[in-house]
Amino acid sequence: MFIINCPFCGEREQSEFKAGGEAHIERPKQPTELSDDEWAEYLFMRKNIKGIQFERWNHMHGCRKWFNMARDTSNDEIKAIYKIGEKPPIK
Amino acid sequence: MSKNLRVKSSKFVDETYRVSFKFNGSRYYGYKGDTLASALLANNIHLVGRSFKYHRPRGIMTSGSEEPNAIVQLHNNSDRTEPNVRATEVEIYEGLEASSQNCWPSVNFDIGGINNLLSPLLPAGFYYKTFMWPASFWEKYEYFIRKSAGLGKSPTTPDPDIYEHEYIHCDVLIVGAGISGIMAAKTAAKNGLKTILVDEKPNLGGSTVYQSSEHFKINNQNSGSWLEKEINEIKKIDNLDIRIRTSVAAFHGYNFLLARENLTDHLPIEQRKNKTRQKLLKIRAKKVITATGSLERPLIFDNNDRPGILLSSAIKRYADLFGVACGEKNIFLTNNDSAYETAISLIQKGIKVEAIVDNREEIESKLLYEIEKNNVKVFKGFTIVNTHGYKKINKVSLMKLSKDGQKVIGSKIDLSCDCLGVSGGWTPAVHLFTQSGGKLKFREEDQVFIPSKYSSDQISIGACNGDLALEDIIKNTPKYLKEFLNIKKTDYDNVEIFSSENKSKRNIWLLPSDKILGKTKSFVDYQNDATAKDIKLALREGFRSIEHVKRYTTTGMGTDQGKLGNMHALGIISETAGTKMGEHGTTTFRPPYTPLTFGTIVGRNVGEYFDIFRKTPMHEWHLKNKAEFENVGQWKRAWYYPKNNENMFEAVQRESRAARESAGILDASTLGKIDIQGTDASEFLNRVYTNAWSKLNVGKCRYGLMLNEDGMVYDDGVTTRLAENHYIMTTTTGGAANVLGKLEDYLQTEWPELDVYLTSVTDHFATISVCGPNSKKIISNVIPDLDLTDENFPHMSFKNAKIGKINCRVMRISFTGEHSYEINIQANYANSVWEKCMDEGKDFNITPYGTETMHLLRAEKGFIIVGQDTDATMTPIDLQMDWIVGKKKYDFIGKRSLYRSDTIKDDRKQLVGLLTDNPNEILEEGAQIVADINKSPIEMLGHVTSSYYSPNLKKSIALGVVRGGKNMMGKKLIIPMENKTINVTVADPVFLDKENKRLNA
Repeated sequence: MFIINCPFCGEREQSEFKAGGEAHIERPKQPTELSDDEWAEYLFMRKNIKGIQFERWNHMHGCRKWFNMARDTSNDEIKAIYKIGEKPPIK
Repeated sequence: MSKNLRVKSSKFVDETYRVSFKFNGSRYYGYKGDTLASALLANNIHLVGRSFKYHRPRGIMTSGSEEPNAIVQLHNNSDRTEPNVRATEVEIYEGLEASSQNCWPSVNFDIGGINNLLSPLLPAGFYYKTFMWPASFWEKYEYFIRKSAGLGKSPTTPDPDIYEHEYIHCDVLIVGAGISGIMAAKTAAKNGLKTILVDEKPNLGGSTVYQSSEHFKINNQNSGSWLEKEINEIKKIDNLDIRIRTSVAAFHGYNFLLARENLTDHLPIEQRKNKTRQKLLKIRAKKVITATGSLERPLIFDNNDRPGILLSSAIKRYADLFGVACGEKNIFLTNNDSAYETAISLIQKGIKVEAIVDNREEIESKLLYEIEKNNVKVFKGFTIVNTHGYKKINKVSLMKLSKDGQKVIGSKIDLSCDCLGVSGGWTPAVHLFTQSGGKLKFREEDQVFIPSKYSSDQISIGACNGDLALEDIIKNTPKYLKEFLNIKKTDYDNVEIFSSENKSKRNIWLLPSDKILGKTKSFVDYQNDATAKDIKLALREGFRSIEHVKRYTTTGMGTDQGKLGNMHALGIISETAGTKMGEHGTTTFRPPYTPLTFGTIVGRNVGEYFDIFRKTPMHEWHLKNKAEFENVGQWKRAWYYPKNNENMFEAVQRESRAARESAGILDASTLGKIDIQGTDASEFLNRVYTNAWSKLNVGKCRYGLMLNEDGMVYDDGVTTRLAENHYIMTTTTGGAANVLGKLEDYLQTEWPELDVYLTSVTDHFATISVCGPNSKKIISNVIPDLDLTDENFPHMSFKNAKIGKINCRVMRISFTGEHSYEINIQANYANSVWEKCMDEGKDFNITPYGTETMHLLRAEKGFIIVGQDTDATMTPIDLQMDWIVGKKKYDFIGKRSLYRSDTIKDDRKQLVGLLTDNPNEILEEGAQIVADINKSPIEMLGHVTSSYYSPNLKKSIALGVVRGGKNMMGKKLIIPMENKTINVTVADPVFLDKENKRLNA
């Protein structure tokens, strides 16, 4: 179980959080103008890589805030935590 | 047979305290401090079990948690019975009862032993190969195979014991209290760190604490005495928490470890009452020091599994720690110095050592000289090729090893014995280290895997780090500790060590035999009866990956997880495949390191504490009025209120009629309620619901449908505009938390520009729903000041009101199709208002109804229940609810998905009404719907989602989803059941009051 440093509350146990999938996938501003394929790309396609993955997390049983995390999926090392709307501090 | 082999008293066993216990029904005696294994051996009992596949007689092999053979059932046929317990770990207590497993009728005469003779017919993968065909026969085979599978018997009654979970945070956790663990604990604790030391055994000090040989000295004392003083010292340190009988089961990432602490298993049963039996420790450590030691390796030769064959280190432990001789004529087979240590120990205690068979040709060791001084014959460069004796070893055959160790040469020598100690060197116990994500490296010189890369703030020290010899431990441990704990000095920086041990070793994974391999039974995994032959067969059949060979041969898949033989399996694979050991890696070590009881895993979360349950403010009233309850999420909801021995059907029929004929009352408090405020609240609702919200006037209510981005219905409910920038949304009971989470997600991540605030108020307000043609009269008495005329208070509107001094919100909304009011009131006043409604409704036969009647009434109206009539594949169009989709709206969650190529198909499953040809026939929910029963295979068109007998329509009604159902109005379909087929007609899902006249009645 990870220790996650919530940007609003500080370090807490993983059990207080919920993972929310890949980060930095912006909801299209004009969905109606997208083709089926373009919409499907937004709707369904997600990365699942070995290495550093950018993810959304929610402090569900705490402040309820969403934030971003860069996590190395090969060893679960959390490389960075940053707020929604911010650019990833690492590559 | 019952001979006393207690040869010497030991300070670790209390000989003034005799303990009687039963094994396989016979009474025996041991002493306090004995394990079941040491007590049995003291009574000269080796045969304790039968092997899994061939039912071969098996004895005690080890003295610890790695034991593969001596697994027993405790307290058979009692509520405390426990299978698969290692006799080597059970501490005996007065009244202990243990019995052998996997044998019938008895361990001495086991019918299954025939499998041993049939073994040429039972190769690796036998079951996979044999029971493949004909495929239809599997069900017949399965019955017999299942019977012979599994070890031991599960208890059949509830566990009478108490279990707990404990959370611990510490600076340093040390796993293992052998010599290196003790050194680490003292060093960490003396430097002011909050330290925890755990060990699975009941006493501290590992295998050094009983080392009394003159050949191992620390600071000029024998190493056992030196360590004992250290132990006495650390017991006095305040900031050191020592937990004995505590086995670390799992080492997870971020230094999170799970351990099982055993508190009462060593006590007589009558002393265990009201005490916690076991604790699951959830430990979060800043730093972890793993000092789990090493496990001695057996050697792989023909018939290496007979009772009386033990690890050399186990024989030493039984002699030194318990004063027990495992045999009176001992022989050792070894490839290193360890067996000599044991032999010297035995000789000191007057136990006879016949011979030592050493694989090594040239041995330079002080231990060897001492052995030879005692006139023990040492066969150098020899190996054992066979053993004899069915239920107990009585003879070994030796032969000379060739120079390359691949063959045996010369003639066979037979030696008689009653005990054989084997030592194949040592395997560092790296299980926990690899569980934590650590990477191993292979050390060629002595063929061991040792820790290489750590995944968290931790180190391995001592034997588990590859420091197998005492002098290496003493030399290296202080150095490691200083660096890891970032300190300048330890108490051990200048400790002097004297050791006679020679570290040389001649490693041969599979010892050669004079027979061909196919004729031998050289066991690699004792518990699962996997032999060297099986592993080679797997390789011949094309298996290459170690993980595949493991599963095919079942090597390492027993309750001991192959702690003894896995290294040999790897060795044999790499030798046969001609690859390097390091390249294969190991199989994955998974938690738990030793088995956990279910009790420990669940802790206190049993019975009524299994899950929390939520009660509405009227819960006591429902109880008093004999309600039956149903679980909805975590809520207990009143299901129906049986009167005068009514069954559920009768109660629901009565409640349903009452609600339509006069008045019904429902506790709807469990509906999710979300308070929405902010200047952009209307825009927000526009985006999350399918229909338009900006034009909803203050004081009005509207039903909304919420989708996922994939267009599928997610939740529904009525939302009321309380003020210009203030709404209250209701959600389904089960969906409340998820809806809030989803809305927060969009607000925080996609639309942070919106000024909207969400607050869950589900628990703050209770909801009382009064419906039926007389509801208006009742409410006018409950709230006399409220103008209930249709002009002032029409359907789908809301009023603030007061009941006495209590503020409440009254909505005129309806889930039943009847004229209906919902009173939302602060939770702590709710029960009194409920009772007032009951009082005022008395003259109108106001009838409390539960969720079942609610479901029936809404089904008559064709209202859906999200999650019952929908799953995650239904769009609003599929539900024939096109009217709620705001086609002119620019966007809302899921809009784009409603015209994907898949969602616009005509033959999607669509919601329809179903009427049975026989109006008294009630369909089963979940039943399949088909058109043509003669087609093979029958094409499934859909299924029944809701089905009831409507007392108001006096016929059976149902909702279902049917492929292309929208265009099937009036079509006949078939519902095939087990014993009959039911004919139905597709109908409009609205069965009652299509014109909605009742709403204003």
